[in-house]
Amino acid sequence: MIPRMPENNNPDFAFHAKGLTKTYGIGQSMVYALRGVDLEVPAGELVVLLGPSGSGKSTLLNILGGLDFPTEGQVYFDGQELTAFDDRHLTAYRREHVGFVFQFYNLIPSLTARENVMLVTEIAENPMSPEQALEMVGLGQRMHHFPAQLSGGEQQRVAIARAIAKQPRVLFCDEPTGALDSKTGIVVLEAIARANRDLDTTTMVITHNAGIADMADRVLYMADGQIQETRSNEQPLKPTDLSW
Amino acid sequence: MPRPPLRLLELLRPLDRKLLRDLWHIKGQALAIAVVIGCGVGMYVMSKGMLVSLDETRRAYYERYRFADVIAPVKRAPDSLLDEIAALPGVRRAETRIRAGAILDVEGTSVPITGQIQSLPPTPSPRINDIVLRSGRYFDPQHPDEVLVLEGFALAHNLQPGDHFHAILNGTKRRLTVTGTVLSPEYVYSIAPGELVPDDSRFGVLWMNRRALANAFDLDGAFNEALILTSTGSNEDALIDRLDQLLKPYGANGAYGRDQQISDQFLSNEISQLKVMGRMLPPIFLLVAAFLLNVVVTRLIETEREQIGLLKAFGYRDIAVGLHYLKLVGAITLLGIAMGIGLGLWLGQGLAVLYMEYFKFPFLLFQAPPDVYLISVGFSLFIAVLGTFSAVLKVMRLQPAVAMVPPPPPDYSRSAQWIEALARWIDQPTRMILRHIYRWPKRSAMTSLGIAMSMGLLIGSSFSLDAMIYMIDISFNVIDRQHATVNFIEPRNARAIHDVEHVPGVITAEPFRAVPAVLRNGQYSRRQAIIGLTDTAELSRVVDLDYQPVDIPAEGIVLSDKLAELLNIRSGELLRLEVTQGRRPELDVPVSGIVKTYMGTSAYMDLHSLNRLMKEAQSISGAYLLVDGQRTDELYRSLKNTPAVAGVGLQEEAQQAFFATLNESLGTFVFFNTLFAGLIAVGVVYNSARISLSERGRELASLRVLGLTRGEVSYILLGELALLTLVALPVGAGLGWLLAWAMVTSFDTELFRIPLIIDASTYGYAALVVVLAAIGSGLLVRRRIDRLDLIAVLKTRE
Repeated sequence: MIPRMPENNNPDFAFHAKGLTKTYGIGQSMVYALRGVDLEVPAGELVVLLGPSGSGKSTLLNILGGLDFPTEGQVYFDGQELTAFDDRHLTAYRREHVGFVFQFYNLIPSLTARENVMLVTEIAENPMSPEQALEMVGLGQRMHHFPAQLSGGEQQRVAIARAIAKQPRVLFCDEPTGALDSKTGIVVLEAIARANRDLDTTTMVITHNAGIADMADRVLYMADGQIQETRSNEQPLKPTDLSW
Repeated sequence: MPRPPLRLLELLRPLDRKLLRDLWHIKGQALAIAVVIGCGVGMYVMSKGMLVSLDETRRAYYERYRFADVIAPVKRAPDSLLDEIAALPGVRRAETRIRAGAILDVEGTSVPITGQIQSLPPTPSPRINDIVLRSGRYFDPQHPDEVLVLEGFALAHNLQPGDHFHAILNGTKRRLTVTGTVLSPEYVYSIAPGELVPDDSRFGVLWMNRRALANAFDLDGAFNEALILTSTGSNEDALIDRLDQLLKPYGANGAYGRDQQISDQFLSNEISQLKVMGRMLPPIFLLVAAFLLNVVVTRLIETEREQIGLLKAFGYRDIAVGLHYLKLVGAITLLGIAMGIGLGLWLGQGLAVLYMEYFKFPFLLFQAPPDVYLISVGFSLFIAVLGTFSAVLKVMRLQPAVAMVPPPPPDYSRSAQWIEALARWIDQPTRMILRHIYRWPKRSAMTSLGIAMSMGLLIGSSFSLDAMIYMIDISFNVIDRQHATVNFIEPRNARAIHDVEHVPGVITAEPFRAVPAVLRNGQYSRRQAIIGLTDTAELSRVVDLDYQPVDIPAEGIVLSDKLAELLNIRSGELLRLEVTQGRRPELDVPVSGIVKTYMGTSAYMDLHSLNRLMKEAQSISGAYLLVDGQRTDELYRSLKNTPAVAGVGLQEEAQQAFFATLNESLGTFVFFNTLFAGLIAVGVVYNSARISLSERGRELASLRVLGLTRGEVSYILLGELALLTLVALPVGAGLGWLLAWAMVTSFDTELFRIPLIIDASTYGYAALVVVLAAIGSGLLVRRRIDRLDLIAVLKTRE
């Protein structure tokens, strides 16, 4: 049975994390990736995680995304304790509720843009049509192209279409613009912002790039496995207004 | 303090350390490839070691126990003739003896046992065709009923020294006492006259004091067989001619060389059959291994592209990087060779011991000559380098700048029309499978071909049993349909058939005449019994290629195809017959037909014209019987007590003996071949799956992150493998047929020809092994899919 959260079961929070600690190794060689992180993410919020390499952003994202387990602490998603799930339930969680966008796109080269999206819509409960998802990222005209025939920015936008096509509750983007130039990056960020706005998808974006932070509702600064600082933007910028 | 292995590692250059760690990293695959190479080498070492040992053991056995080079049977010749024989040019040593047929009756055995009895001098002395005493003692010349018996016969009937049994010697029933059991080089393959396989329960060989045996057969002061050892470099054919000339007045049947002696002939036949398999299969195993190496190493190097670029960017020379990968191949190959040699020696020795017991050798000289190792190492390394040469060359040519840039995603846009037409109806994972196969057609074809080759090897290794069983079926159920064959001591008047018909239990009896003769066509000649059959023969028949009975024409002789080939004669041509019995007529007869036979050689004539040729009244040598199954005991009892009967052949028992022999000899060899072929199938499938996984691990992990289940992700990889395996099955069946055809063509001896018969069950069995290997490999790989590192894929690029 999926454990229910006894308190703080506030449906307005997509995530509620308590005392998340993640260590690697044992004894003297033990390394802390996370040191007791507490976090609440309201539904529909666009969060940007900033911080240097090794600060624990990816570890946090992986745990929230159901890809990794914390050494200590709990994560609740929609009132259910994610950290108590087994592999089968975590797969179901990712399948039904989570969209991922990777730094290196991770498209399937043997499938066209539309088929890459269909890969997800085929198994989702309440997907939009692949065409609609591709229209949302501005690639309606290129849906029959294979990844090899698309530019890096276009590939990343297909990846976003693939991630949002299932109408996920949460969207995780790990360095989505890391491999792109700034002009292309902005087009990609627009697609992410649009998914967040139009589908009300809780969105978490990891980046090195402080310039991107201005589009977030909230910015979390991470260092040494802890959230050092939290900043809320009263007026988030549109991606087109960003500069870096 | 650093641990010793680390220290050892530190002695190595960095590239060699990388080599060791790479090897450890791909240990599963490296082991699978090494196993395939090991199978090829093991197969070769096993076959070669066993065959060399069999040959060497046979040679040593014959030499130590002085197996006669030439044997000259006569009807009756005076002892004084020995000096003349010994004086013939080319004779190193000559001896005479008495050898005769007998019917044996052992308590507890109802079937009549055919026996051979031969003389030995009163005290043991180094003789030609000497015996190896295995238990008990030599007979006492004072006791004429004491005999030594062949070990196999004694074992089959549980006869110990001191036990008694009965024998009809020249029409007189005698009670004999066993004093010891022996082995003999002339009965390595102890086979009764007219039979095709040894059956120790129905054929016994006895040795008796010369005087006692002479008394029993009225051969006092005479002999009926001369044994000769030739001097080195002598002309055996010339000696045989001189012997025939010298012995003609004494009823010579025609002298013959050791290679025509029945035991040696069968032994040679068995060994050459094993040699065909031993010669043809190992190179194919090694070729499959080379092929596999090529597939694996080519793909492995592709996955190491960036590292290669990096090494070159650091300033390593092309040749050093190329050599690095050659070393990797060399290390895997050497591992395989070491495994193969160890396994081959072990199995070869075990198999040689099995064959030693089967062939009843008194000792075994196991040896694998040095060239076995040299050829194993040389050929395997050559094949390995050949298989990976193009891949290594590619490494050397790779530009560092090109290698370090991530390759663009593979372009799948030029997909086949039919896949796209089909794509409408199928889901994304299946599309991925089809497009992947189509995008890498060569690779997919190679994988399928590799699997097909292992299946072909399985069929090629095991079909010979089907063929032999088919041969037995044709021989016993289509050609010779009688239940029993009775041979008379001497030809009897044709009316004797009526006596046989009245023996209890006999339903029908058909007469036959067997006449020993030399068939001659110019320089070609064969000793061959001519069988005379009546034109109404229904039991033992002559059949054509379609197994339809052939009428034997009133004139002329019908030859089996192999005999016609050995005599280099065609239908319609004249053949010289030199009969070595009775009045010994000689005349030319036309070859009136040629028929197909798989076993032995045969010559048939019409019974009446054969008797006319013999210038004798209508006489017969024996009869083929159809027997009432309820009354066999009565029949056997009666036959055992009929003085005129020299021997009784029983079809049912012969057929069983044939199956038993087949399982023991060929079956053992086939079992090991099948084992090796099965291992190769696993090696091929497992490697293909593993490499696919390492190439596509990232893609599959991405799909897992996107929420596809383990099963759905496994389907993409294993579905492709399943499809390639499916395609491989018919191809493998075809390759198996081709291999079987090649083996059938190269296996053609005087005693046996193998028909190209492959049972559906053999195809099915091979397919099953391949499918099981695929499933097993799939499960192993599936475990790895389950453990895919999902986090790593988010951070790494292709």
